Amino acid sequence: MVASSTKYVRITIQSSSHDQTLESWIRPILLKGHERPLTCLRYNRDGDLLFSCAKDHTPTLWFVDNGERLGTYRGHNGAVWCCDVSRDSSRLITGSADQTAKLWDVQSGEQLFTFKFGSPARFVDFSVGDHLAVITTDPFMERTSAIHVKRIAEDPQDQVGDSVLVINNPDGKKRINRAVWGLLNKTIVSAGEDAVIRIWDTETGTLLKESDEEVGHKKAITSLCKAADDSHFLTGSLDKTAKLWDMRTLTLIKSYTTVVPVNAVAMSPLLNHVMLGGGQDASAVTTTDHRAGKFEAKFYDTILEEEIGGVKGHFGPINALAFNPDGKSFSSGGEDGYVRLHHFDSNYFDIKI
Amino acid sequence: MVAAVDIDGRAAQLGINWSEINLDSIQLPPGDDFGIASDDEAVYHDDQSEFDTGFGNIIVVDHLPDVLREKYEKLEGVVKKIYNQLGVIRENGLWMPVGPDTKTLGYCFIEFNTAQEAQNAKEKTHGYKLDKSHIFDVNKFDDFDRLMNVKEEWEPPQARPYSPAENYQKWLTDEKARDQLVIRHGADTEVYWNDPRQKKPEPVHKRPYWTESYVQWSPLGTYLVTLHKQGAAVWGGADTFTRLMRYQHSMVKLVDFSPGEKYLVTYHSQEPSNPRDASKVEIKVFDVRTGRMMRDFKGSADEFSIGGPGGVAGASWPVFRWAGGNDDKYFAKLSKNTISVYETETFSLIDKKSIKVDNVVDICWSPTDSILSLFVPEQGGGNQPAKVALIQIPSKVELRQKNLFSVSDCKMYWQSSGEYLAVKVDRYTKTKKSIYSGFELFRIKERDIPIEVLELDNKNDKIIAFAWEPKGHRFAVIHGDQPRPDVSFYTMKTAQNTGRVSKLATLKAKQANALFWSPTGKYIILAGLKGFNGQLEFFNVDELETMATAEHFMATEIEWDPTGRYVATAVTSVHEMENGFTIWSFNGNLLYRTLKDHFFQLAWRPRPPSFLTAEKEEEIAKDLKKYSKKYEAEDQDVSLLLSEQDREKRKALKEEWEKWVMQWKSLHEEEKLARQNLRDGEVSDVEEDEYEAKEVEFEDVIDVTEEIVQESM
Repeated sequence: MVASSTKYVRITIQSSSHDQTLESWIRPILLKGHERPLTCLRYNRDGDLLFSCAKDHTPTLWFVDNGERLGTYRGHNGAVWCCDVSRDSSRLITGSADQTAKLWDVQSGEQLFTFKFGSPARFVDFSVGDHLAVITTDPFMERTSAIHVKRIAEDPQDQVGDSVLVINNPDGKKRINRAVWGLLNKTIVSAGEDAVIRIWDTETGTLLKESDEEVGHKKAITSLCKAADDSHFLTGSLDKTAKLWDMRTLTLIKSYTTVVPVNAVAMSPLLNHVMLGGGQDASAVTTTDHRAGKFEAKFYDTILEEEIGGVKGHFGPINALAFNPDGKSFSSGGEDGYVRLHHFDSNYFDIKI
Repeated sequence: MVAAVDIDGRAAQLGINWSEINLDSIQLPPGDDFGIASDDEAVYHDDQSEFDTGFGNIIVVDHLPDVLREKYEKLEGVVKKIYNQLGVIRENGLWMPVGPDTKTLGYCFIEFNTAQEAQNAKEKTHGYKLDKSHIFDVNKFDDFDRLMNVKEEWEPPQARPYSPAENYQKWLTDEKARDQLVIRHGADTEVYWNDPRQKKPEPVHKRPYWTESYVQWSPLGTYLVTLHKQGAAVWGGADTFTRLMRYQHSMVKLVDFSPGEKYLVTYHSQEPSNPRDASKVEIKVFDVRTGRMMRDFKGSADEFSIGGPGGVAGASWPVFRWAGGNDDKYFAKLSKNTISVYETETFSLIDKKSIKVDNVVDICWSPTDSILSLFVPEQGGGNQPAKVALIQIPSKVELRQKNLFSVSDCKMYWQSSGEYLAVKVDRYTKTKKSIYSGFELFRIKERDIPIEVLELDNKNDKIIAFAWEPKGHRFAVIHGDQPRPDVSFYTMKTAQNTGRVSKLATLKAKQANALFWSPTGKYIILAGLKGFNGQLEFFNVDELETMATAEHFMATEIEWDPTGRYVATAVTSVHEMENGFTIWSFNGNLLYRTLKDHFFQLAWRPRPPSFLTAEKEEEIAKDLKKYSKKYEAEDQDVSLLLSEQDREKRKALKEEWEKWVMQWKSLHEEEKLARQNLRDGEVSDVEEDEYEAKEVEFEDVIDVTEEIVQESM
């Protein structure tokens, strides 16, 4: 199911301050495997495997080099919202609207364990060392949104479903869209519909910090991406901005303004680039011109907060973005059900603004 | 609240016979409520200082004939007959006092059912001529106190010492000769300098909730008018925007200035409570400088519109159209079968009567002279031809008229200096099944006003847009079929032929549906708005060449600055995204963009006409090179300065970022051991760091630490 488009896609690099235009060429590989909108993309540490989740029920594994589909993980009964892969690429954890989170053996595709919740699982993240996982659950019926910490056993036989820690969101009716491990597994960073970023103590479950209301996001936070060394992270919000925060102090460092609600963010591990993706609500897609939607992955200079360029291609909003850990390729997943795998051409690395 | 029963009980306890007490006789010391807050709302509205006397529905009619007893009945009958048409007179509501000689005293009181009826009766019959010597003088009873206080002797108003007013036109003296523009977005209204050198707008004044609906510049740019619940206000001044005057008109919806900005017309309409009634309209004309109301017009919406499809929801704005020129002498109103032309000396109709024109549907003033063009459509199924006529005001002399046959509609376009009038005529084909268009071109300034007929090369082409070149002799037409119509340029005179219109060029298949001439002429933007997503073509009509093509995606508005140097294109909140505006140079260079969510309005501040004579302007244009040197040098300086500033800013940002990165690196280093423990002793950082830093120095440091770790283990 690989369609390698013969057409090249151009990223146009515009720079308003210096009157220069650079062009870079990227060869995209279109991964057609999902039948429904994409929700999440994750690379393994080596950057050779790409995991994709979509609103259809089967997370899929792709080979990054050529876009070959290696396999699927069958077992979920609802939209799969998220996944994470262990550092040694042996385990996969997925969270689904079927109110479960599942542990998988990456190689065999075998289900190792199922964590059951009373409400949909929205986000999952392995800790440093992969012995713990954080899972967030949505508000559902009388249940409030919550963050669960599970111990991940070395041997799947010993795996238990009990939570080590459960943190309830102060505003239980608002969804927690993202919860990731902070530094050295001592903290958890959460963000969601209430537009507030919170840092929690993983020992006690107490709230340590909240993002400043003045400088923080004004609308729901949809996405969060950590730097490779966990020192800072980037959040994207429906308020059409993305913001870069210091992990330790929750200080706002940078802010990137775009024209569309941000659904997905990613940071280049190689260059000082951040990538934002988004588009209007899915409900409004059919009523707008495809160009009006701006279904572009936009590149910004991390330091100068200036737009560098954009990569077009999707014909629906972008829901997921991920940089390959080597920084030489990235993938985007859209509401249109496609994953686009882009390998940067050498020109990309010469961009100067 | 205390229940009545409780009160009775308490009264009995105190031995008070409740029924004997007259509550009204109890008087509390003024200003003391004995701790009992009144639940009467009116108490809290101290601002309602005017008390209703209860006589609001009574009018006093003066200057009636003095009649004897025997004629009393007859006079009463006459008065009743007049006023019964205007409202319901209460039973015994008409009282005519009789003097000791049994003669009436020449006045009477009439009590209506409602105050509105009284008001209406007053307005309608004040000045009513019963006969030559008896002209009614009608006043409301409530007004008498006020009228009595008018002093008998006229006192000359005290001359106030002269204090020089602010220079309201100071913005014109800007050193950099920049123009201002106002934008509204969200709750904020902001005025900016357009600073293309700095590639950004420079704020002048910002105010949240400055207006409750929209803002508008006066035609010469002196004032900015804002609309509020209580009325309209104008703002201006030398340095910042201060409120100069207020005009009371509650729930004002629309405003319009006279071209010389002497007068402000405000409009308010009220939806009727009964949907079958027409909505009520009130229009006031104010003197801008003094704030005095010069005249007000009231009536139902029907009186202010001609009942066509355009006039259903209310009147078509502006109701009053001002005659051209800056002297603000005349304004006209179109209503059914009549054109009412008022003059501003007395604010009454010229010659005290309207001009009768049966079935007139459209009027249009010349932008410079007091000439009115009007259009009357076909009558009697084509037996009576349609007519376009020019009328001179105030003489009401018909200067020229033309009958037109099988016409379905006409549109009139005046050229900005009043030299030409183009009438677009839509005619039925012989079968009456389709419509084709042509133009009738009037040369106003020539003797006898010759009329020329112009048909397009392909006369079946639909005309999408038409525009005169400001101050020029050319016009542009978009014609043909969507989505790729043609654009043609015509000129009213060429070097060889001054009396005939001739075509200059036709541009085939353009993505355009709107025309925007530069205010100085010569340049035009062919714009594709709406369906064309904001295609822009900057065209030089002198050279007949395209200077640039560009796109402002989804653009809804295009406006040239008053000098014709810059163009603003904007996406307003009709679209959800991309809201904001872009500034271009006249030749299509994108200068800068500004994004603003919920963008509602953009308007350049107009400039008054230049004092330079046409000859002088020409001279300057000839020696432009001489003048432009100075400005080019200035531009150079600014751009050098800017790039310097930019470099410094970038440097500062880079340094700040480096600081963060260094801090992160050192902390990351400190936590190395902890991280290693979490990963069951795996030495994991090497690979991660590979992505982050390629400095050899740093790798050396890692080596050292590794050794320490090994020692400690």
